[in-house]
Amino acid sequence: MEKLRELLKETWHFYKRTLILVAKGNQLYYAWCFSLLAIIVAGFIFYLRQHEVGLIATNMNDQVSWGLYIANFTYLVGAAAAAVLLVIPSYVYHFKPIKEIVVLGELFAASCIIMAILFVMVDLGRIDRFWHMIPFIGSMNFPASLLAWDVLALNGYLFLNILIPVYLLVKFYYRKEPNWKFILPFILLSIPMAVAIHTVTAFLYNGLPARPFWNASILAPRFLASAFCSGPAIIIIIFQIIRKVSVYNIAIEDEALFKISELIAYAMFLNLFLLSAELYKEYYSQTVHIASFKYLFEGLHNHKQLVPWIWAAMTMNVIAFIIFLIPATRKRLATLNLGCLLIIIGVWIEKGPGFVIPGFVPDPLGEIHEYLPNLLELMVSFGIWALGLLIFTLLMKVAIPIETGKFSHVSYIERTFRLEEDKAWRQSSFPVK
Amino acid sequence: MTEEEKKRVIAKLEQRYLQQYGRKFEISTKEALPETLWGYGLELSRCIGCRRCVYACVKENNHSRHDPQLQWIRVLRLKRGNLINLENSDHYYDPDLVPEKGFVYLPVQCQQCQDPPCVKVCPVHATWQEPDGIVVVDYNWCIGCRYCIAACPYKGRVFNWAEPNIPKEEINPSVHYLGNRPRMKCAVEKCTFCIQRVRQGRYPACVEACPTGTRKFGNLLDPNSEIRYIIDRKRVFRLKEDLNTEPKFYYFFET
Repeated sequence: MEKLRELLKETWHFYKRTLILVAKGNQLYYAWCFSLLAIIVAGFIFYLRQHEVGLIATNMNDQVSWGLYIANFTYLVGAAAAAVLLVIPSYVYHFKPIKEIVVLGELFAASCIIMAILFVMVDLGRIDRFWHMIPFIGSMNFPASLLAWDVLALNGYLFLNILIPVYLLVKFYYRKEPNWKFILPFILLSIPMAVAIHTVTAFLYNGLPARPFWNASILAPRFLASAFCSGPAIIIIIFQIIRKVSVYNIAIEDEALFKISELIAYAMFLNLFLLSAELYKEYYSQTVHIASFKYLFEGLHNHKQLVPWIWAAMTMNVIAFIIFLIPATRKRLATLNLGCLLIIIGVWIEKGPGFVIPGFVPDPLGEIHEYLPNLLELMVSFGIWALGLLIFTLLMKVAIPIETGKFSHVSYIERTFRLEEDKAWRQSSFPVK
Repeated sequence: MTEEEKKRVIAKLEQRYLQQYGRKFEISTKEALPETLWGYGLELSRCIGCRRCVYACVKENNHSRHDPQLQWIRVLRLKRGNLINLENSDHYYDPDLVPEKGFVYLPVQCQQCQDPPCVKVCPVHATWQEPDGIVVVDYNWCIGCRYCIAACPYKGRVFNWAEPNIPKEEINPSVHYLGNRPRMKCAVEKCTFCIQRVRQGRYPACVEACPTGTRKFGNLLDPNSEIRYIIDRKRVFRLKEDLNTEPKFYYFFET
């Protein structure tokens, strides 16, 4: 009983101190958080309108029945899966520079999954019936529906990517050695789970013979390859920002970034190779199934809305590949960052709108309907991205001080002790000094 | 669900429809008839592309009439010489007179696949195949994810992007729970072979409305039915047979 009380008290103190930590920051921190908050509120207001009138508020229709939301979902699942590129070198190969930042990468994955799940939620017409999908409470169509698989895989991965970093951080906080026997199995499990979430997401599209554009067996490998480009690229940029703005001097070494960028070079090679394999097959065999590719790359019956986008994406990916291939450009922060930005945008176009929309054009009865998202879809999407960034920022605000040892149980005890000393000093009638 | 529970749900729904549309609804929950598997025949050489079936269906099945108008049947106009590559089809042809020279018309609706991809992908069991072969949707259970729309090779499903608009005087109050009862926003819907009619021994509305006798309907398990006669004696084919969805919707040519 006494022990429980002690534990509760301790936990409460931890939360209180965390809240204080999150609430305090410099002007830049406040400005950043409040602008994110403003975007979130704006997005939410737009979402309320969609909720009221139905999905007719978007530009989606019976021809193109998934749009920007599902495009973002696909991209973010990939970004989340990419955390595995930090987990493997640090926990399996004990590569020290990355080991120091792997917890941040796992929290990044968690934030991405939260965003991905939110993108599915806003895409649901009947959010009020969401519970129908929850196992045992509702009626989940498992294992027949790949969407059911995806719900399970994503939530499982989210659980792992919260459990692992939180466990490690709490241990750091108390200056205790983590119980590796307990946590290592979870860490190892998170590796196949990362591959699984993206494979399942690819299979979700892949298993539909009605959509020849998606019905290609190369899809899951392509998804993984492009995910291992875009995810690490985002991580490289984010780590540099953290290094710059954090007041705690967190050890993010250039060496870690260069290691990650080397992995991007391999992944981008695979991505381009798999894409060209698919293009070869379609263009050499020239069956009716080429229609969606034609729509994407050259326009179909004078409908060419996506053509400039995909060529921009292709250009960006190829330039980025060259940058990451050459060690000199890969190991210079200026060119490295340029390459990362090109990949982040290029892959987003390629596997977001450039992947989801052509699946619907032409539709199964040959109708060509061009889709571009409208303002509402854009605003709701920005809102979700902002929410993800805010969650990640707040997580970093706590995780980094713990990682650097500035925020720990010890410092708490020390300070309380000092306070008491202080009090005693004030109360004493004979000041020492 | 027990009979008791069903009754309660139906009473509640009837109450809700009464409030919304000011009409007394008869909501049937009639089960599939024994020894029945419904099949459809459509003779392409007769179809003149008049779309009377489309509008008979809209009326019978309480579709949203405007903003947006929903239709379960689509008539495609194809240049003669085309039938498989639908990319050259025109869905919105609008001449003063049909039929037009040099064109064939291909009406498409839910093909009532025996192995339906839409049912497989639904994450919540909101859609299933009835014992008489009709693929139905529980509009009150659908979560609006539209995975089934992506999975259907025939565009057999349409979505209520907004709250349906049906003028009160045009309501058809004789409905089936799994069929033509009024739907709600953001749920998916589809052709049910007029489940409310066929389970009471009537033809689907599109079959009745067709002025040229293009559309045939019957029980595939009954060797004396018209549909069996057609399958046995005419040259029938099914759309996208290569996808192995086993549609129960047979196209054929008389001449």
